[in-house]
Amino acid sequence: MATTLNIETLAKEDALEIFTQMLLIRRFEEEAERLYRRGLVRGFLHTYIGEEAIAVGAIPNLREDDYVIGHYRDHGHALARGVDPKAAMAELCGKATGCSGGKGGSMHLFDAEKHFMGGHAIVGGQLPLAIGIALGVKLKELDSVVMCFFGDGAVNEGEFHEAMNMASLWKLPVVFMLENNLYGMGTDVNRSRAGGASIYGAAEPYMIPAVQIDGMDVMAVRETVSEGIAKVREGTGPVFIEAMAYRFHGHSMADPSNYRDNEEVQENRSRDPIDKFREDCLEAGKIEATDLELAAEKVDLVVQEAREFAEQSPEPAPEELYTHIYADPEEN
Amino acid sequence: MAEMLLRDAMSKALREALDEDERCFLMGEDIGAYGGAYAVTRGFLEKYGEERVRDTPISESVFVGAGVGSAMIGMRPIVEVMTINFTLVAMDQIINHAAKLSYMSNGQLTVPLIIRTVTGGGGQLAATHSQSFENWYASVPGLRVVVPATPYDALGMFRASRKDNNPIIFAEHALLYRVRGEVPEEYYEVPLGKARIAKPGTDVTLVAYSGMVRVAEEAAAKLEEDNISSEVIDLRCLSPLDLDTVIESVKKTNRVAVVEETWKTGGFSGTIASDIQEAAFDDLDGPVIRINGPDVPAPYARNIEQLMIPSADWVVESVKYNFGL
Ligand SMILES: Cc1ncc(C[n+]2csc(CCOP(=O)(O)OP(=O)(O)O)c2C)c(N)n1
Ligand SMILES: [Mg+2]
Repeated sequence: MATTLNIETLAKEDALEIFTQMLLIRRFEEEAERLYRRGLVRGFLHTYIGEEAIAVGAIPNLREDDYVIGHYRDHGHALARGVDPKAAMAELCGKATGCSGGKGGSMHLFDAEKHFMGGHAIVGGQLPLAIGIALGVKLKELDSVVMCFFGDGAVNEGEFHEAMNMASLWKLPVVFMLENNLYGMGTDVNRSRAGGASIYGAAEPYMIPAVQIDGMDVMAVRETVSEGIAKVREGTGPVFIEAMAYRFHGHSMADPSNYRDNEEVQENRSRDPIDKFREDCLEAGKIEATDLELAAEKVDLVVQEAREFAEQSPEPAPEELYTHIYADPEEN
Repeated sequence: MAEMLLRDAMSKALREALDEDERCFLMGEDIGAYGGAYAVTRGFLEKYGEERVRDTPISESVFVGAGVGSAMIGMRPIVEVMTINFTLVAMDQIINHAAKLSYMSNGQLTVPLIIRTVTGGGGQLAATHSQSFENWYASVPGLRVVVPATPYDALGMFRASRKDNNPIIFAEHALLYRVRGEVPEEYYEVPLGKARIAKPGTDVTLVAYSGMVRVAEEAAAKLEEDNISSEVIDLRCLSPLDLDTVIESVKKTNRVAVVEETWKTGGFSGTIASDIQEAAFDDLDGPVIRINGPDVPAPYARNIEQLMIPSADWVVESVKYNFGL
C-alpha cells in the first residue's frame, strides 16, 4: 500500500475542507437513513458511511472540466463533486426539485453542469459509459480526465473487462477508482473472485498501471489520486486505483446483515476515516478542536437545510411522467 | 433520377455524416480495414482515417456504451453492430443506459446515438444469425427504431436520424442491401414516424416493414391478377409508429393483414393488430390477420428455412382464405 502523505504539508484550510466534506457526507446520509425510516425516502438507499475518505480524497483533485461517473452508492461522489445537498436530498425524497427531477432517486443522481454524469445502478454498466466519455474527450482534443467509481462486485462483470481493454488499447483518459469494501451485497469478495480480496492485479493483463491504497486514509487517497490524475492527463492512458474500504452499514436499508459478524464490523468501525483524520490533524496541531466543532456545526446546518428543503419541495407534477423520455427536437 | 443499391445509399448517408459534421464518427467491428461485414464502409478508413472510422475489439457492450458515453458529452457517434443478433450482448447498454439517460437525468443528458445493425434471416445462417429483434427494441420507451425497406428511405431516414437527438436502432435488412431503387440527386429527408403507402388499393390493407415490404408488394401484384386490390403500407419506423396511416387505410379497405418476419409470439404484428381493433373495430369486416414466421429457431437447410419466412404465396393464400376473397 502507498504510504500516507504527511499531514504537515497540508494547508490549514485544505484540512478543514477535507474534514468538512467527509462529515457532510456522513451527516447527510445519517439524515437520509432517518428520512428512510420515516418513509420519506423509499426504494433502495445505499449509504457510503465508512467510505467517505475515498470520494473526498479523490474527487476534489479534479478540475471543473473533468468528469465523474459511478455506481448507485453515489451520495458521497455527488456531494464531493459539489452537487447541492438540497437538490440531492430532494432527489432522495422524490421531489421535483431533486437533481434528477425526482425521476432517478438515490441510485441515479445527475448533475450535468457539474460534470457529475450519474450514479448508475446496473452493476458494471457505468464502465462502458466512462470509456465513451473519455473517447469523446479525446476526439474533441481536450485534456479532461474521467474518474469512474465501481465496486469489487463490478470487477466480475464482462463490461469491466471490455472497458479495461478498450481504455488501455485506445489510451483513454480514465482513472479507474475501485472501491473494494470487501462485499458485493452479502457476498464476501473471497467467495466471488478467484485470486481473493486484493484486486488491483486485474489491471496488469491490460497493461494498466495499478496501485492499492488504504481507502480509509484520506491523505493516502489524495496523494495517490492526484498523482494518478496527473499521469492520465499526460495522455498516456488510464490508471487503476484500488481503495480498500469497508461499509459500516448494510448494503442498503433492506440488508439484514447476517453475512458478516459484529466483531468484524466493530473492528473496522474503530478505523473510522473521519475520526482518524480528525485525530491526525489535532495531533499535528494542524487544526484546533474549536475549528472542528465550528465546522461540524456548519455541516449540521447544511444538512438541516437540505432536509427542510426536501420536505417542503413539491412532488413532480403528473405530466412529468411523460417528459424527457425523448430529447427536445430543437436542441441539436 | 439515379438508381442505387441500398448498400450504396447507406454508404452515401455515412459519407455525408462524416463530411458534414465533425462530431460524427463511426465505430464498430471490422468497419475499417475489412471494409464492413456488408461492405457499407469500404474505402472509409483510407478516406477518413482511424480516428473517425474506428475498428473496435469484439466487445459490443463497451463499444455501444462508448457510443452512449461520447454522445452524453456532445459527440454524434454512429455505431455499427455487425448484426442484430450480436446486439443482445450489448442490451444492457442499449436498454438500461442509452434509453434511460435522458429520462433519469430529467433531460440534463441526451444520447444522440445511431446504432446501425443488420437484421433478418433467409441467408442460411441458422438459428443464431437469422433473427430480427426490431420489435423488442420498439417496445422500449426512449429508443427509436428505424426499419427502411428501400434505398430512398434508407438515405432519407438516415438523414432525419442524424438530426434526431435520441438513441436510434437503425436496422438494415441483410437481403435488402442488393435491392436497387431510385434516389434523387437533390437533397431530401424522410421524417421519422411517417409510414408510406407503397401501393394504393381498396380491398385489403397489407402492413409490413423492412424485408417484408417486398413480400407484401409481390403478394399485392399476385392478388391483383385475381382482381383483389391491396393497399401496401410500409411502416418505415416502429418507433415512433405512424398508426394514423394504417387506420386511414383500414377505414377504406375494412380488411387488414400484418406481415412480419419474426416469430408470431411477441411479434410487433400483435401490437398493430391490437391497436387497429381498438381504433377501428367497427370498420373491420373480420379479424386482423397476423402473418408471422412460426415460433421456431431458424434452421440451416434451405428448404425448411424458407418455410419459416412469410412469402408472397403465403400472404396471398392467407388473405383469400381468411377474407373469403
Ligand atoms: C447487473 C446487476 N446485477 C445485480 C445487481 C444487484 N446488485 C446491486 S448492488 C450489488 C452488489 C455490488 O457490489 P459492489 O460492486 O462491490 O459494490 P458495493 O455495493 O459494495 O459498493 C448487486 C449484486 C445489479 N444492480 N446489477
Ligand atoms: Mg463492494
